[in-house]
Amino acid sequence: MTWTFVVALAATAYAFKVLGLVLVGERQLPPVLDRCLALIPAALIAAIVVKDTFSVGQHLQLDARAAGVAAAAVAAWRKAPLITIIVIGAAFTAALRAMT
Amino acid sequence: MNPWRDERLRPVLAACVTLGFAVGVFAVSFGVTSVSAGASVGQTCAMSLLVFTGASQFAAVSVFGAGGSAASAFGGAALLAARNFVYGLAMAPHLRGSLGRRLVAAQLTIDESTAMAAAQDDESHRVAAFWITGLSVYLFWNVGTLIGALLGSAIDPKVLGLDAAFPAAFLAILWPLLRERRSAMAALIGASVCLVLIPFVPVGVPILCSAVGILVGVPAPPVAAPVAVEVSP
Repeated sequence: MTWTFVVALAATAYAFKVLGLVLVGERQLPPVLDRCLALIPAALIAAIVVKDTFSVGQHLQLDARAAGVAAAAVAAWRKAPLITIIVIGAAFTAALRAMT
Repeated sequence: MNPWRDERLRPVLAACVTLGFAVGVFAVSFGVTSVSAGASVGQTCAMSLLVFTGASQFAAVSVFGAGGSAASAFGGAALLAARNFVYGLAMAPHLRGSLGRRLVAAQLTIDESTAMAAAQDDESHRVAAFWITGLSVYLFWNVGTLIGALLGSAIDPKVLGLDAAFPAAFLAILWPLLRERRSAMAALIGASVCLVLIPFVPVGVPILCSAVGILVGVPAPPVAAPVAVEVSP
C-alpha cells in the first residue's frame, strides 16, 4: 500500500460524504423528496443487517451469525438496551461456533 | 430547551457511546489486518483518521493482503464508500448550519451516525444522536486502530462473535423505525433487494440498490384521520 493510495481513498470517501450534504444543503425540498429521503436509513440499514447476517463477500451463507442475530432480535423486541442486544448477538454466535 | 439538559436524552447518549465502543473493539482487528497486509502503522492510522469508513478500509486492506492490485482495492473500497453519499442526502435536512459545521458533519456521515439519528423521534435528539455517535465512533475507531496496528495480533473477532455484533446492533437501532408502516415497507424492500443482488453484483452495490425502498415514500400519505381507522366487519 502506498501513501498515494491512502490519500486518494480518503479524498474519494470524503467526496462521497460531502456530496450528499452539499447537494441538498440549505434547500427546501419538495415534500415528495422529503418523504423519500427520510426513508433512506430504514432501507439501507435493513440491507446492511441482511448483508452482514447472511453473506460473506458475494456468497450467501447461513451460519452461526443468523442464530446470534435472531437472539438479538428477540432482545430488541423485549426492549433490551443496546449493549445487551450487542452482547447477546455476539455471545450466541460465539457459543454456537464454539460448539460446532 | 437545551437538548443536552434533556433527561430523555441520557439513554440515547448511552446507546451512542455503546455503539462507538463496539466499533472500537472491531477497529483493533482492522489495525491488525491492515499491518499484516503490509501497510505501515502510520498508513493504517491515516486510513482510519481520513477515510473513516470501516467497510471500505477493511475491503482495501484485504485486497492488498491477498496480493491484489491497488486498482481493484480502490474500486472495491470506493463502491463501499458510495453509500455515505446516500446517507448525506438523508442527513442534510437535519444538519443545517454553517458550512464549516457541515464539512465536519460530512466526515462523520456513516452507517452508525445515520442509523442512530434516524431512530430518534425528536428533531433535537436526532441532531444530538448524529453528532455523539459520529464523534464517539470516530474516537473509538481511531484508538482501536492504533492499538491493533501496534499490537499486530489480536483475538480473531469471529471467535468472539463480533461479526454478528454489528447486524445485531443495527437491527436494534432499526427496530423502533419498523413500527411505522412506510419505514417497515422501505426496510423490507431494501433488505430483499440487497439479499437478491448479493450473488450477482460487486460487494457494496447491493446496499446502494437497496435505496429503491425509499420509493414507497412517493405517494402522498393519507391525510391524518382524527380517529384511528378500525375497519373490522
